[in-house]
Amino acid sequence: VTELIRDARHSMWKHVCGFSHCVRAQQPANGKKGSLLRIRRRESSSMAWWNPLALIRDALTGQRVRENDLRHLVSNLPYEGLGKKKQPNRYLPGNAIKTTKYTLLLFLPLNLFEQFHRLANIYFVGLAILNFVPVVNAFEPEVALIPICVILSLTALKDAWEDFRRYQLDKKLNSMPCFIYSRKDKQFGERRWKDVQVGDFVKVLSNEIVPADLLLLHTSDRKGMCHIETSNLDGETNLKERKVVPGICEPNFEPESFNSVVVCERPNNNLNHFKCYVEKPNTEKVGAGIESLLLRGCTVRNTDHAIGFVVYAGHETKSMLNNNGPRYKRSKLERKLNVDVIFCVILLLAMCLVGALGHFFWRQALPGVPPYLVPDSNGHVVSPSLSSFYMFFSMIILLQVLIPISLYVSIELVKIGQIFFITHDIDLYDEETDSRIQCKALNITEDLGQIEYIFSDKTGTLTENKMVFRRCSVMGTEYPHKENGKSYKRITEEGRPTDSLPGNHVNSANSLSHIAVSNFSKVIDRTNSSAQETEVIPDRKLLRRVSVAESTSISSQKMDPHFDFFLALAICNTVVVSMGTAQRRRVSVLFTVIKAGSLRNIFAPKRDRTFSDTSFKEDDRFNPFPQVDDSGVFPSHSQRDESSGLCYEAESPDEAALVYAAKAYGFILLSRTPDSVTVRMPSGRVLVFEVLDILTFDSNRKRMSVLVRHPITKECVLYTKGADYSIMELLGAPGNQKNVVADTQYHLDCYAKEGLRTLCFTKKVHGEEYEQKRACFVAKAAIDGREQLIMDTAVQLETKLTLLGATGIEDRLQESVPDTILTLREAGIKVWVLTGDKPETAVNIGYACRLLEDEDLVINMSCKNKVRSHLTSNISLVIDGRTLAMLLSKDLQGRFVELAKRCRSVLCCRVTPLQKSGVVKLIREKLRVMTLAVGDGANDVNMIQAADIGIGISGQEGMQAVMASDFAISRFKHLKKLLLVHGHWCYTRLANMIIYFFYKNLANVNLLFWYQFYCGFTATTMLDYWLLIFFNLFYTSAPPIMFGIMDKDVSAEVLLGVPELYRTGQGAGEYSFCTFWVSMLDAFYQSLICFFIPYLVYQDLDVDVFTFGMPLNAVSLITILLHLSIEIKAWTVVHWIIMLGSFAVSLILTLLYTSCVTCNSYWTLQNQLTDPIFYLICIITTVVALLPRYTFHVMRNSINPSPIVQGRHLDRLDTSTKEAWIKEWRGYRGGGEVKRSKLSTPPSPSTPRTPTSPDFLGNEITLNCLNWGCPNPFDRIRTF
Amino acid sequence: MVKEENESPNRPDNTAFTQQRLPAWQPMLSAGIVIPGFVLIGLAFIGIGVALLITSRNIQVLELDYTGTEQNSPCFQCSDPDQQDCVCTLQFSINSLFEGPVFFYYGLSNYFQNYRRYGVSRDDGQLYGDLSYFKEPYDQCEPYRFDRNKRPIVPCGSVANCIAVYTFRLFQIVNGQQKEVPLDGKGIAWWTDYNIKFRNPTVTPLRNAFNSTAKPLFWPRPAYELDPSDPANNGFINQDFLVWMRRAALPDFRKLYRRITEGDYANGLPAGNYSLEIAYNYPVLSFSGRKMVVFSNVSWMGGKNEFLGIAYLVIGTLCVVMSVVMLIVYAKFKFPEED
Repeated sequence: VTELIRDARHSMWKHVCGFSHCVRAQQPANGKKGSLLRIRRRESSSMAWWNPLALIRDALTGQRVRENDLRHLVSNLPYEGLGKKKQPNRYLPGNAIKTTKYTLLLFLPLNLFEQFHRLANIYFVGLAILNFVPVVNAFEPEVALIPICVILSLTALKDAWEDFRRYQLDKKLNSMPCFIYSRKDKQFGERRWKDVQVGDFVKVLSNEIVPADLLLLHTSDRKGMCHIETSNLDGETNLKERKVVPGICEPNFEPESFNSVVVCERPNNNLNHFKCYVEKPNTEKVGAGIESLLLRGCTVRNTDHAIGFVVYAGHETKSMLNNNGPRYKRSKLERKLNVDVIFCVILLLAMCLVGALGHFFWRQALPGVPPYLVPDSNGHVVSPSLSSFYMFFSMIILLQVLIPISLYVSIELVKIGQIFFITHDIDLYDEETDSRIQCKALNITEDLGQIEYIFSDKTGTLTENKMVFRRCSVMGTEYPHKENGKSYKRITEEGRPTDSLPGNHVNSANSLSHIAVSNFSKVIDRTNSSAQETEVIPDRKLLRRVSVAESTSISSQKMDPHFDFFLALAICNTVVVSMGTAQRRRVSVLFTVIKAGSLRNIFAPKRDRTFSDTSFKEDDRFNPFPQVDDSGVFPSHSQRDESSGLCYEAESPDEAALVYAAKAYGFILLSRTPDSVTVRMPSGRVLVFEVLDILTFDSNRKRMSVLVRHPITKECVLYTKGADYSIMELLGAPGNQKNVVADTQYHLDCYAKEGLRTLCFTKKVHGEEYEQKRACFVAKAAIDGREQLIMDTAVQLETKLTLLGATGIEDRLQESVPDTILTLREAGIKVWVLTGDKPETAVNIGYACRLLEDEDLVINMSCKNKVRSHLTSNISLVIDGRTLAMLLSKDLQGRFVELAKRCRSVLCCRVTPLQKSGVVKLIREKLRVMTLAVGDGANDVNMIQAADIGIGISGQEGMQAVMASDFAISRFKHLKKLLLVHGHWCYTRLANMIIYFFYKNLANVNLLFWYQFYCGFTATTMLDYWLLIFFNLFYTSAPPIMFGIMDKDVSAEVLLGVPELYRTGQGAGEYSFCTFWVSMLDAFYQSLICFFIPYLVYQDLDVDVFTFGMPLNAVSLITILLHLSIEIKAWTVVHWIIMLGSFAVSLILTLLYTSCVTCNSYWTLQNQLTDPIFYLICIITTVVALLPRYTFHVMRNSINPSPIVQGRHLDRLDTSTKEAWIKEWRGYRGGGEVKRSKLSTPPSPSTPRTPTSPDFLGNEITLNCLNWGCPNPFDRIRTF
Repeated sequence: MVKEENESPNRPDNTAFTQQRLPAWQPMLSAGIVIPGFVLIGLAFIGIGVALLITSRNIQVLELDYTGTEQNSPCFQCSDPDQQDCVCTLQFSINSLFEGPVFFYYGLSNYFQNYRRYGVSRDDGQLYGDLSYFKEPYDQCEPYRFDRNKRPIVPCGSVANCIAVYTFRLFQIVNGQQKEVPLDGKGIAWWTDYNIKFRNPTVTPLRNAFNSTAKPLFWPRPAYELDPSDPANNGFINQDFLVWMRRAALPDFRKLYRRITEGDYANGLPAGNYSLEIAYNYPVLSFSGRKMVVFSNVSWMGGKNEFLGIAYLVIGTLCVVMSVVMLIVYAKFKFPEED
């Protein structure tokens, strides 16, 4: 005890003296012994003093505890009821969240501070302040505050509303109920989410949401498993398994007896990674990872309850750390716009300089002091030079509108409108998933109209990523599964499967499912296609072979390879078997219902064996498993159709396809727990395999393994599956396997040429593996270098494998992908496909989706640089990953870009995620083009973020890509309309709107400028300042916004029919240097006309200032509105209402304003309206001002019509003529109808080897590829 | 269908608006279509132009400069700023009847009534007859807000201060005898100014309202004694004052002084010799301005202005020419579907 006290004092002293690193309880090396004790010791020491110094020290300690790399957490229960100062985890934040930016009291200052970060607002305020300086003010100072006040208060209102919404949401979340263990009550009591603290024990019931990040300690499941659904977090709807930290709370869980220390890393936002170990009082350490962590926001499924220890709470939870605000990207147009704003600033300064100089010379020229020159209050007249200096600033105030601040606000509004239309487009809506397009980045819509390069992922983006088992090769024998091909063909010939198949199912289904079907026919429609795709029709030959194999292997205790092959298919995966319980998604329940019916239909020969004719009973679905214990083999005692209720939840569709394939052959995966796998044999016997270890997939090894104890032979068997090149080198002594390997390799090549995804399956029987297994376990416990140790273990285990066979899985092209790619290419967009697949597969898909054409010159850039040449000018490039790595190196970059620029399409294979983004960045930076990246998986995230526009496809692969993207679509084909129609529209609309805005402001402000020449450059306005404000605020604000949202230069049909029209937006597009300055010159011209015609009319008449200003105002307004009407391409009702409305509003408002007695311009408009001269001026001025532009448009449209104009002519034709014309045009251009996908006709297995295949598949390259770390399709199997 | 809607909550509305398929009028600006428009506008403009030109030609204008900077000018003597109460006489003759009603303007050039600080230097509250502003004039009136004795100036400000008080007398010389032409000073200001915007305080007699205020520095008489001949024409509703307070838009301006509508001259000024007696009291040398009087009659389009008519004629002709050009263009580059 004395030592303890001394230690405490010692540390005390160090604290006070600023030695902040004295307590090293966090060091894992030191922490082995009694770290819990040390932590407690520290607590007690910090309690000893009660003074300000202690408070500061306390705060510092808290800061340090939070920022430590490792955290030591203990249970709160021993401290329950003690004061806050005594809580062990008091430095860590609680679970209450606060996402609001402001508080009620500090809203105004904070919000203003926030708003003044915007340059535009500072400009406004600067002008307002300038106006308060008496010598320079151009307007009444109070009035000059109006614009800034309007803008600030509107923004503040919007911010306050948003913040209030956040507050409400926070409040709702914080007060959600949850169960926290209380020592006092000896049970879990209901509390609120905000009461959860780090170190608490929280119980989560089934279908409840996890309140904080919990380390799973106990579940209702006997084997310590818990299923969670992470759709709130990443959108993935498949169930994931979590298991309790082993050896902590067995067998009965008592929170109060939990006296271990949980040591975990600092909070981070990686949802797939977590490092932690639990140190027991006896210093034994148990490692735990993400597989034991329940994340805040997940939903517990299929598990009655789960109890966890809170490791992170509130803002430190992984879901909160992942909660980023919307992305802010600056579009190309906006960047250009900013340059032009700088031009405007220069113009403004120049005009002010002219004003100041003009004033100086005017004053200089005066021979004396005229009576109208107002002296200052002392009676002195300011000297000309000083006066002109002041005048410079007055001019800035006067001409401030030249800097189009309101343009920024308008652009925001326009983009909101554009996004509204994009998200409401029914063509971009996907029926199957009931999802619209999502726009995540709000301000780059117009970039969609300027894309020059598209970088696309293959799997899941071009293809459906709904894997279908196609063919397999077992022990060197190929089983082509012809029936499988046929059924697929039938489906494709009939059109989309959803059209024709539901009827069959309904007819064949029994009464109960019939009711279900009719109730939810819509759901079925949606799920049906996937149901159909999972069906595999067994190859008869293989089926016979399997039944023979099973009988022999069971009788002789010697495993037949065929038997092993299917066992590997069924076991070697991480597929979760879920019961179709009611609380699960309804879709999957029905999905299984339908499957039962359709299976019976198609599998007629097997009916008597696999499926019984008994009616489908509802309770089957809820309790599909036969009661088994762990003792091994069972005779089949359940003749019920248990498989009907099974639903396989795979993280990768490949795995599901394989499991379904095994199921088709009778090897039905019944359940999976961390310790066992239950499989039913074709004969009906149920085998339970004890799972000794699972070596999960990783992208370096490119394979995964399952180590099981075989229930029949009692051997330890390692089943490994993986990419062929990663497996082939690990095969054992060739021996008798030599032929098998050669044949299998040949089959693999054939599969790849067909565009199938290939996998190899191997087996290895381990004699005494206990040591290695133990080593593996220890490896997992070490918190550092754990991956490395697993890797090492895997390397030790996965050697000398025996090849069983290979599978070919088809990944079908998505609907109308070839057509989309063709159209995009016709639109002048270069499409690159970057895939992790092997070259053969990729090239095949490339041809199928018309990325590559038969007549193309395809350059295969591989290590050997073999060039295949045809006589054509279209060049396409195929690059493999290793070559790409070389090309991306500094010295070759330039030449690669040169080559790629000339290529029509480029296909990169075996590309790593990093290389994907490297390619995008290279092209984007070197060629200075607009790039778009589209992908669906986590491996595309880099690429999506590197491109100007990232598009995520919400598909089978989870939501990572979607989260990182700017736009999320559900099908690749949507890209066509998104780019060609919406992109084009958004771009032309916004570009024209911006140009118009610049024009409008200049044309309006220049009137004031010209007047300066007639008022001695004294910053006089001939209009009341209020009317000037009205002009921008009410009269001319709505039409350009409407123009930016709604104008339609060419209809969607023509844009889609003539993709060439898209090229108008590429490169500089409509918003170029030229168009900007032409419209600026036009503005100058029009303002000259608008000023000088009335001037010349009135110059000798007795006209007063405001009477003179009124026709100028009117003329300017009419000209500006009519200018817009020339630009508007299609007048809808909305256009008419807004345009006429603006005019009416301006008339009414001006009349109202000029009726105010104390106003300067009292009764001026009313007077003018009775004067015929006023109307005559308005007519002639408008005509003269607009004549050049109008004539120019007419002449250009007639003499040299742009493609857009031709498109508009096309639009005016009636529908049938238009369609005929488009058809003719496409035919003429050579687009023709889209060729049939090559994949739809399964090629014969005897496809001769083409000369290219050895180039890719030579051993040398395979090795190289491994060294270069190329990915393969398996990349997508991620460990959650 | 109802079920379908329930099943697809995210399905966008399939309306013409959200799908951007609203029926639209798509005007095509091409030569063939605009030719008739150009011809019509051209012809209409030529018509208007001719009418305007004829009207304008019928308006007679007589401008007489009397600045007196030239040696031979009758007002040369008076142009010296040191001269006080100088009167000069201008002789002129009219060859044919100057049709009535004749408007009599005075003109000033290079006088910037639109100078900003000059323009804002007035107090509309005072001019509306609000007595509270008599004590505390609007601060924009500086330095013409209080006089040296800290008495508020009414009417304050530069505009009022600089009023040009003219006195013209026009005589027709009939047989060597001067016959005074009666000048009508009523209704020369805007009706709204006279009746609504400007008001005298409701104090009788008017001069009591101006107690303890000072007259503007440049003024010879206080506001309530502006027109000794007509008591009703005093204070802020003095017609000359109103005309002056409506600031001219341009530095060379004219302002209405009187109308000749009465007596023998109701039909206009007959041919003959006239003499104009000018009380020369507003020196313009300090801003190199010029002073003049203008006699003019007006038509429906106001004063004489040839520009508008010429502009209409020119633009009308241009439109017609353009339509011919368009016709040629149309013949050469017409679109197939325009056939």
